[in-house]
Amino acid sequence: MSGGASVALEAVTKRYGTETVVAGVSLAIPAGEFFTLLGPSGSGKTTTLSMLAGFVIPDEGRVVMGGQDMTQVPPRGRGLGMVFQNYAIFPHLNVAENVAFPLTVKGAPKAEIQARVAEALAMVKLTGFEARYARQLSGGQQQRVALARAIVAHPRIVLMDEPLGALDKNLRFHMQVEIKEIQQRLGMTAIYVTHDQEEALTMSDRIAIMDGGRIAQMGPPREVYEKPDSRFVAAFLGEANLLDVTRDGALVRGPGGGAIEAGAGQGTTLFVRPEKVTVSAAAPSGGPNQLPGQVLHASFLGNVVRYAVDVGQGATVLADAVNGPGAVLHAPGAPVTLHWRAEDSRLLAA
Amino acid sequence: MPLSRLTAWLLLAPTLLLLVLVFLVPIGWFIGGSLAELGTLSEIWEEADAVLFSGAVGGAILNTNWIAALVTLLVLLIGYPMSYALSRAKGLVFTAILLCIVLPYFTSTIVRTYAWMVLLGRNGLINQILLGIGLINEPLQLMYNRTGVIIGMTYVLLPYMVLTLYAAMKAVDQRLLQAAEGMGASPATVFLKVFMPLTLHGVIAGVLITFILALGFFVTPALMGGPGDIMIAMLIEREVELTYNWPTAALMTIVLLTVTLILYAFYARISDQGEARR
Amino acid sequence: MMGPVLRATLMKAVIVLLCFGMVAPIVIVAIASFSGDGYLKFPPESFSSQWYARFLGDQRWRDAILNSVVIGLMTSVFSTLLGFLAAYALVRAELPWRRALMSLLLTPVIVPHVVTAVAMYFLSARMGLVGVRPWIAVAHSVVAMPVVLIILQSALRTVDPALERAAMVFGCTRWGVFRRVVVPLALPGVVSAALFSFLTSFDELVISLFLAGVRAETLPVRIWNSLLLEVEPTIAAVSTLLILVTMLALGADALLRRMRGEGGALPGK
Repeated sequence: MSGGASVALEAVTKRYGTETVVAGVSLAIPAGEFFTLLGPSGSGKTTTLSMLAGFVIPDEGRVVMGGQDMTQVPPRGRGLGMVFQNYAIFPHLNVAENVAFPLTVKGAPKAEIQARVAEALAMVKLTGFEARYARQLSGGQQQRVALARAIVAHPRIVLMDEPLGALDKNLRFHMQVEIKEIQQRLGMTAIYVTHDQEEALTMSDRIAIMDGGRIAQMGPPREVYEKPDSRFVAAFLGEANLLDVTRDGALVRGPGGGAIEAGAGQGTTLFVRPEKVTVSAAAPSGGPNQLPGQVLHASFLGNVVRYAVDVGQGATVLADAVNGPGAVLHAPGAPVTLHWRAEDSRLLAA
Repeated sequence: MPLSRLTAWLLLAPTLLLLVLVFLVPIGWFIGGSLAELGTLSEIWEEADAVLFSGAVGGAILNTNWIAALVTLLVLLIGYPMSYALSRAKGLVFTAILLCIVLPYFTSTIVRTYAWMVLLGRNGLINQILLGIGLINEPLQLMYNRTGVIIGMTYVLLPYMVLTLYAAMKAVDQRLLQAAEGMGASPATVFLKVFMPLTLHGVIAGVLITFILALGFFVTPALMGGPGDIMIAMLIEREVELTYNWPTAALMTIVLLTVTLILYAFYARISDQGEARR
Repeated sequence: MMGPVLRATLMKAVIVLLCFGMVAPIVIVAIASFSGDGYLKFPPESFSSQWYARFLGDQRWRDAILNSVVIGLMTSVFSTLLGFLAAYALVRAELPWRRALMSLLLTPVIVPHVVTAVAMYFLSARMGLVGVRPWIAVAHSVVAMPVVLIILQSALRTVDPALERAAMVFGCTRWGVFRRVVVPLALPGVVSAALFSFLTSFDELVISLFLAGVRAETLPVRIWNSLLLEVEPTIAAVSTLLILVTMLALGADALLRRMRGEGGALPGK
């Protein structure tokens, strides 16, 4: 198997007219890593991917692949595999010809092309579909063709631009698993662009969250999820409680005036995930990180009950309680006490 | 990955070169070179005054405008119901109507003109029918006069109008008409107050394109017209072919070209707006 | 007051009549061309192919056919090739003044053909190009270009740019992208453009009239020259041939569109 190659962006900038779309992005991806660029539309993730592919030449900075400077190299010289957003399957070619395309262009021998196409199609479980055309395939099957075409030449780096965006939820989950499996089997470096945070968390070794053309935070999924550096990252990845707190000397006070202790950080916004907050009917015991409040509403989601709790001063805290054995349901209007551990919370800059 | 400006201009270059070298430069050279033969600017002016207001040329300009206007009006009156029918038709009926418009549209102008010459001749079908049903006692002179020119040009130009109107009518949102009907408007009201205003830009575009093409018409009036139906394009041809009088031809060309381009500018405006509306 | 039913029927009758009026002259010429009578009469009293025999037996008419076909083919290849490159640039690049450029490219349709023809003649006469067939084809390409550009632009707009990017990533050069992706996908449009530019040239009269001289007389020019003398029946046979070529071109175009699963879209819309 081919294995992967390292990828690096060094202070890469791209402007269109007066607008800076990507502003000095640097990142280093070791060989074989599954790396995700995550961000809302307009955050610069697609432009970043385009610079990696070679469709866009950066105004400043360097693109390095496998230790070689690729900044000015056209797409065909970069030896990449790529899965496109709407698959970009050639409508005038059948499945086999589509998958064979990267090899045909190179002028590979017929026998080799046949063997490799068969292998790639087997890998995406599309054996037997060789003679079909894209319009005769379902969305999921088209996705597989695109994937097979991306890996058929055993590239060391594969780029994926929202590859699952057009699929329904169930299929998406299946394909996440399959893509990850193939990537690991072939050992390729994968760079994956998505705006779907769940997808990013499930699949990635590391995630870079982009905002306004910059990388807001970069790290393994669990780290960026649990230890966000900014309100943007906290709010973008899943549900987050972001409470305004006040500083009283060394002391930090929450909405009701109760003492707050946070795991880390210096700002005046308290971050804590809903699933880290416990809800109890008992009165506050006097320790830190205890907020009295009133249940506004309780949404029953099956395995989880999500409470919205009014903690005074117009602030609402979300708390997820697992619907486990002997779980009690707090009715709207009931007085409750919220609590969380200091290490599960952080103070972020406002 | 959009093309770079440079690549784009390189790809456009052969076509632009063709247009410039075989179209724009010849026109410019013909006009400039011919006028230069006349001498100084004031001499050109004098000549222009003499030529353009001479009886023959003045008459031709008048003829041209009059014929073009009449033909445009006829084409609009006939073309409007046809395009309306086309825009409402579906399936086989649509194909049939379309074919009736497109086949003549793509048939050579000279063939179409010839066809009418056959029909309108002294022993042509039209005269035969009229004589046959006893409407007339002797054949009518339908050709080599104004009647022939008008009939021939109307026939040749009709497809341009129909296709232009059709595009505008097809773009009308059916739901608007249904809404108007639903609010109790009579079919006539819906047509006059909703459909007509919505297709007005198409009508203007169609009228302009028909009039522009009619102004420069040559083949049909030359073959079907009489001595009293000389149009400006014919005069230009004659000056060059028969008398080699290039300066006079150039002066008339300037007049024809100026009017044409001004009208075309309007047309481009209108069709842009029509596009923006969609 | 007319009832709505009556009105609708009347409207239909008018449309049928108008449509009939549009094709009748063409059909009548075609039928009359098979007349066995001594002069052109409709309906013919007897049928024969005498006018076709006379038409095809005449060396000048045969030369005219050859000239028309040769010039038409050259025009078709030349304008489609140039037009393809230009249309690609117009569709894919973000050009300033795009609308103005398009208006300029379409002017050959608007400028009276007499003006274009006289101007081209002015130039050609000075350069000894009158009667040179390739040069006539170049001149015809000018007036065929607008149609070609409109057809090819709409064909190229249907080619997803993502496909071109995919081809580039998978190893294609710009030329490779053209050859392997753009051209095959735009092929029906290319054939359409070639057909209509051929037809434009094949039917063109005024420019040929000035540029053909005696050496390169085309069918329309030959028709013109003989029509100036008399409305002779041979021309009915020639006209029928021209109509047939038009029908074949339209039929081929319709077939292409059906193969692509498109509706009856027309150039000029």
